[in-house]
Order: sequence, then C-alpha cells, then structure tokens
Amino acid sequence: MSPQDLTETRERVDAYPTHRIAGYRVRAGRPFPYGATPVPGGVNFSVYSDRATSMSLVLFERGAPEPAAELPFPAEFRTGSVYAMTVFGLDVENLEYGFRADGPFDPVTGDRFDARRVLSDPYARLVSGRDVWGREPDWNDVYPYRAQVVNDDFDWGDDTPLRIPTEDLVIYETHVRGFTRHPSSGVTAPGTYAGLREKIPYLRELGVNCVELLPVFEFDELDNPRTNPVTGERLHNYWGYNTVSFFAPKAGYAATGRFGMQADEFKSLVRELHRAGIEVVLDVVFNHTAEGNEYGPTISFRGLDNATYYMLTPDGQYYNFSGTGNTVNCNHPVVRDFVLGCLRHWVAEYHIDGFRFDLAAILDRAPDGTPLPNPPLLEQLAYDPILRHTKLIAEAWDAAGLYQVGHFPNYGRWSEWNGKYRDAVRRFVKGEPGMAGELATRMAGSPDLYQGRGAAASVNFITAHDGFTLNDLVSYNDKHNEANGEGNGDGANDNYSWNCGEEGPSASPHVRDLRMRQMKNLLAILLTSQGVPMILAGDEVGRTQLGNNNTYCQDNELSWFDWGLVEANAELLEFTRGLIAFRHAHPVLRNTEHPRGVDSMGSGYPDVSWHGVRAWHPDWADHCRVVALMRCGRHAKGGVPDDHVYVAVNAHWEPHDMELPQLPDGQAWHLFADTGALMPYGMHPLGREPLLEHPGRYHLGPHSAVILVGRAVSTTQATQKEMAP
Amino acid sequence: MTVKVNSRSEGDITVIALDGEINSTTSGGLQAQLLPFIRQGSDVLVDLTGVSYVSSAGLRTLLIVHRRAQQLNARITLVGLSEEVTFVMNATGFLDFFRIGEDVDSELERAAR
Repeated sequence: MSPQDLTETRERVDAYPTHRIAGYRVRAGRPFPYGATPVPGGVNFSVYSDRATSMSLVLFERGAPEPAAELPFPAEFRTGSVYAMTVFGLDVENLEYGFRADGPFDPVTGDRFDARRVLSDPYARLVSGRDVWGREPDWNDVYPYRAQVVNDDFDWGDDTPLRIPTEDLVIYETHVRGFTRHPSSGVTAPGTYAGLREKIPYLRELGVNCVELLPVFEFDELDNPRTNPVTGERLHNYWGYNTVSFFAPKAGYAATGRFGMQADEFKSLVRELHRAGIEVVLDVVFNHTAEGNEYGPTISFRGLDNATYYMLTPDGQYYNFSGTGNTVNCNHPVVRDFVLGCLRHWVAEYHIDGFRFDLAAILDRAPDGTPLPNPPLLEQLAYDPILRHTKLIAEAWDAAGLYQVGHFPNYGRWSEWNGKYRDAVRRFVKGEPGMAGELATRMAGSPDLYQGRGAAASVNFITAHDGFTLNDLVSYNDKHNEANGEGNGDGANDNYSWNCGEEGPSASPHVRDLRMRQMKNLLAILLTSQGVPMILAGDEVGRTQLGNNNTYCQDNELSWFDWGLVEANAELLEFTRGLIAFRHAHPVLRNTEHPRGVDSMGSGYPDVSWHGVRAWHPDWADHCRVVALMRCGRHAKGGVPDDHVYVAVNAHWEPHDMELPQLPDGQAWHLFADTGALMPYGMHPLGREPLLEHPGRYHLGPHSAVILVGRAVSTTQATQKEMAP
Repeated sequence: MTVKVNSRSEGDITVIALDGEINSTTSGGLQAQLLPFIRQGSDVLVDLTGVSYVSSAGLRTLLIVHRRAQQLNARITLVGLSEEVTFVMNATGFLDFFRIGEDVDSELERAAR
C-alpha cells in the first residue's frame, strides 16, 4: 500500500446528532477548542462561564435583525464551567452566532450578568458588524458585533517564518488604513490590507524588514462620541486601541470585509510581506477591552464572566490602570489561557512574527493591581513553544504610574520600547545642555538599562504613532490638538521638540534647511545606534500632522500617509533609504553585546571609543553638545570583519573642527554621509564612499552629523586622490 | 440553489461554463462536478462569465480544483472574471494561484496559434 492510498474515508462516529434543540440537530460538543470550530457535518461551539446559571447559543442569519434560533445548552452538554454543543446542518457563510448567559447581577460580588444581551464569543475568529470602515451601523442592533465561523484553510504556499535576528530588524510602525487611505496612494483598494500589500515594493526599496501594525484586532472605529469642534465632523477611534474581539482581524481594514473574507485578505498580506523579506509584528492591546467601565457597553466578557476577566476593587468597581475604564485581569489563570491562546492563534493561523504589547506593565499586575515580581503571564509567554521565536516587545509602562523601562520582567525574551532613548536623543539634538553623556549611553544600546539582556532588548525610537511625527518634532514647540475636541488638553506635553525658529510650516529657507538637517541628524543617530531602530511610517518623507501629537481620533489627512511627499521630500527619503542600507551593510552597528570599551580582538582599538573635538578626548561637560564615537570593525557582530564606523553629532549652533582618530596604516576615513549637505553630496553609495579631503580632520557644521567609514584605501581611490586638482 | 455547469469540447480543450453564485451552499456540488474533468494532462477553460459572486468557500473550491490539476499536470485557465470577482480574488491573494485569461474565444484562439 503506497502512502497516497491512505486517504481517510471512514466517517466519524460523532458526526451524527443525538438531540434536537429548537429545530436544530445537535449533540454534546467538545469543550476544546473554545469558540466555533467546523467539524464534519457541523460546527462545534464552546464557551466558558464560571458563574452563569444558564447558557444559550443564539443563531442569526447573516445580517438579520432578530435571531433565527436560540439553543439552550442542556445540563449534560456542560463540562466543568464550559458549555459545548455541536450543531449540524449550518450554512456557515450565512451564519452569525452569539451567546446568552443568565446569572446573578450583583456588582459588589463582581457579577454583571444580563440575559437581555446577546454576547459575542471571546474566541470569535471572525466578527461582522463593522464590515466597512466608518459606515453608519444600526445603533439599535440587538447584536452589534457578531461572531462568525471562519474558513481557516488558507493556502500558505511555501511561507516559512523569516526568523530575522532581533538586532538585525529595522522596524517600520504603520497603520493599515492610514498607509494607503490617502487619495494619492494610487492603490486599487485604499486603506486596506490589500492596499498595503500593493505598497510592498515601496517598503522593500526603503529597506525595512519588519512592519509593526497598529491594532488589527476587531475594534469599533465609531466608539468615539466626540466631534471636531471646528469642522463638526465625527471623530473616530482611528488607532484602534479598544479591542472588541481578540481573535478576529479588523473587517473594516479588508477590501473584502463586506464578504467576510478579511482573514484571507490579511493572511495574503502576511504571506506577501514574508516573501519580500519583511516580518510582521502586531501591536496588541491586552490591558483593557472596549467594554469600558460600568457605563460602557456589554459586548462579551462582562456578560460572560465579569469577575474573571476584569480587575475589580473589593467592592466590585473596575480598576482603571489603563486609563480607559477597565483593566483586563491578565494574571487570572483563565485570562492567562485566553491571552496565550490568542497569541498562539495569531502565530499559528496568521504566521505573525512578533507582538508589541500596549501598556504592558499592566500584564504584570496581580488581580488586585499589585505589580508581581514574577508575573505568571509574562513567564508563560516567554517560554511558550508556539511563541518560541516570536519577538515580544513591551511598552513597559501603564497609565497608572507603573514605569518599567529597563526592568520589565523579561525572562531573557522580552524587548522594550525604550522611552528613555526617545527622550534623550530628542533633548540632545534640540541642543539642551547636559545631554552628551546620556546620548552616548543610548547610542551604545542603553547598557544602564539592559545590562545582561543585550542591546536588542532596546527598541530605539524617536517618534511613534503616539506623539509628534519627525517633521513636527522639528517644526513645533507645542502640541496643537484642537482638532481632537478637548481644547488641546489631550496628548503629551513633554515632547522635547524645537521648531527651529518658527511655529509650524515655514517659508524661510534658513528654517527649512535647519529642519531638514535636524530630521537627518535624528535619523542618523537612530540608524547608527545599537539596539533595534523603529521608524514611524511617513517620517522618511517628512509627514506632518500639523502639530497634533495625539491623532488617535483623526481619520483624515492629518493621519494618512500622503504619497505626494515621496516626490516632494525625495531628499529625506533618499537619505533614510541610504541610512537603512548602511545599517544592513555594517554588522558593527548591530552588536547585541554592549560595548566594554576594551580591545578584545587585538585590533588596537576598543570595540567602541568615544571622542570629542579632539580624538580620544570626549567631553561630557554640561555645555558640551558634541558627541563622537568610533566603532571598531574588528569587533563587529558575529566576528565578521567590518569597516570602522565613526559617527559625530554636533547639536551646537557653531561648527566644530573634529580631529579624527587615526586608523591603522593603509586605512583611511571615507565619507558616507553628512547631514549638512544636500543629496547627492550629503550621502555616498555604499562601498564607493570618497576619501576625505583632509585625512585627519572633519569640519562639522552647526546642527550636523557625519558618518565616516574607515577601511583600506583602494589603489584607484589613491590615484584619484592624487589626480584631484 | 445550484451553479449550472455546461461543458463542451473544443479540440483538446474542455470548456466549462458556470452560471450562478459559488458559495457555501453550491460549492460542494460544484466541486464534485468539476473534478471529473481534471484528468492527466487535460486542458480546461473555466468560464466564469455567468458567475456574479464567489464566496470564501467558493474560492476554496476553485483552489482545490486547481491543486488537483497541478497534481495531474493538467492545466486550468479561468476566463470571464467579472470586475467584482477579480477584485475579491486579487485582494485575498487567490488570484496569484491561477492562470487567468480574458474570455473563451481569445483563449481558444491563443491555443490554436
């Protein structure tokens, strides 16, 4: 018998109904897995509730206002606190389902059952109700976010995980809708997964190898009650940090959401990104849900088992460590399983490569809110076999004052958004005194924060979705959030920004030149620092939000990527591309070990040496605004010999003549980039960098940065040099 | 509800014209009707001119038929895709798998050349 003859043809014994409930043929289901799972002849439904007194499965025909049927779970269909039933003969493509749970309503003890509600399945793989972004729904719908059964047999072809070492990543943070929604994007389906897929060639050309997507779990973009005070337009929940359903991809981000094909469309995007060598990291929000506090809507968790899923005060009120009304009870054993199951789902079913955890400090709080020294959820995620090679990135703080940058419980697995990197680089570049020493520490991979964990634990960023864009960081002293409808009271005030002489757009050539230089300085620091650089989408073309540093609600030109800038700001784009290529080409920039300041390779140079206006004499004094470092190529990551790299940043308003560290005989400094010069003179092609005119010195302009490579002088170069006039 | 299946031979090529919606209620029957046409080395044109909508289950049926064809070194070409069907197949990545032609006549002409 050959292997291909071994096709299973025997029917399953459990493929037959045993009961009839509400006209449907059913049998006792399997408690695992939770949610709705297609099985031979039917669908298996399973749901957990510890405190419910009764549970029904509610079935709708797709889009129908009223249920088609309600099937109470008989007592014998319950295992422990899990209700499971297999229903036969369902047309899954036209089916929506939910649950109705009855039980006590006694907020003081934590119970908030409400049998009037149809509850969404927490494990729903697909959710309808917000299928087309922004479309006005029926606000009186008895069941607004409707669970559906998904066809999960996607054809992945030969897709395999890329497993790019963390330290080699260049992360690009973007928003699925915002990336292509602007009319200038030119894609077939603007604002969708498919639209993003069409822009993969742009990402490849840019050189990033990881996209980090703002939340793509189903959320309700219409749950924002505010309007723009000036225009009267509806404000949205544009960013999506308010999850409705954790296992379901946002339908409104799919061009095919109205056909329920968002899972396929998103998977196709992931597959094609992988094919282009780009990993996918999801921004996930496990700290709170869209149900808010006691005044919020009952969507799912509150009605299924409020006391399990939420952190409650002793008198049953919602703890609010997230600043949004409720806090997910992450370290409750049942919720831990939920979070773990969710992440496994995204890795196994969607081939996701990593996660960035929003307000992750909440994930180490106990059910009463106390930070735990050894939080079981974080440990579990760190050691999980399915998540083994995924990137785990913490936003290591929360909205209730727990700030853990540098000491997030990490189990050797977790990286962090390094908020201190962001602040230090901003402050140095704007010219604040007393920042030289800290800038050096940050460029070295923040050894003060990540000693023992390595530089890859530090996700370095200067801008992110939350805050100013790069362009606005150098164009505004103050935030301008009036359009958000809160009288400019929302958003952060400590931006460490500098407008270079004029608030907002400027016609002055001097101001514009300075801004361009400052943006390049910031990018040059970011892409030559040890750690993992993250770029905010659009910063490479100078995207502006007109000074708004909190565009969570702005589904319009303020947030969208304007593709016209690709041409208009080609200067900055070309510079950014060049820097990214430079980083990929030089392993010496990507060491995971922090510099030790010693020569462990017998090269005659320490791994990293610090310099000032005089070589070997760094100046850490308060008034000093110049930092220079040399990375010895013999100490490059993995022992592969690399060029030496010298980076000097001058945040001073005066130029400085930099004395360069002398190189071994036969080697010389070559100019890769100078932010003080415009393209094409400001940057040179990799491997063809010209020799410096004055071998031992470099004249560094005011507010400028220079990147040099030290390597052997080729004979042709030497000849050219001699022949130069 | 069914999808109507009309087949005819044009030389070595089998032309199968479908009519109706390919969705979860019709796709099972359609698959059973289509698979017998896929034989070693056969050349099949599937004409979707009469198909207004292909659902998620429908796309899977087409893909299964396509995979069977690959196994048997047969060739399947889809023709007559409406703008909507093309859009959906493109957005979900299903289009990548298939050989797509414009319509039956132009494909037959191409084969005759």
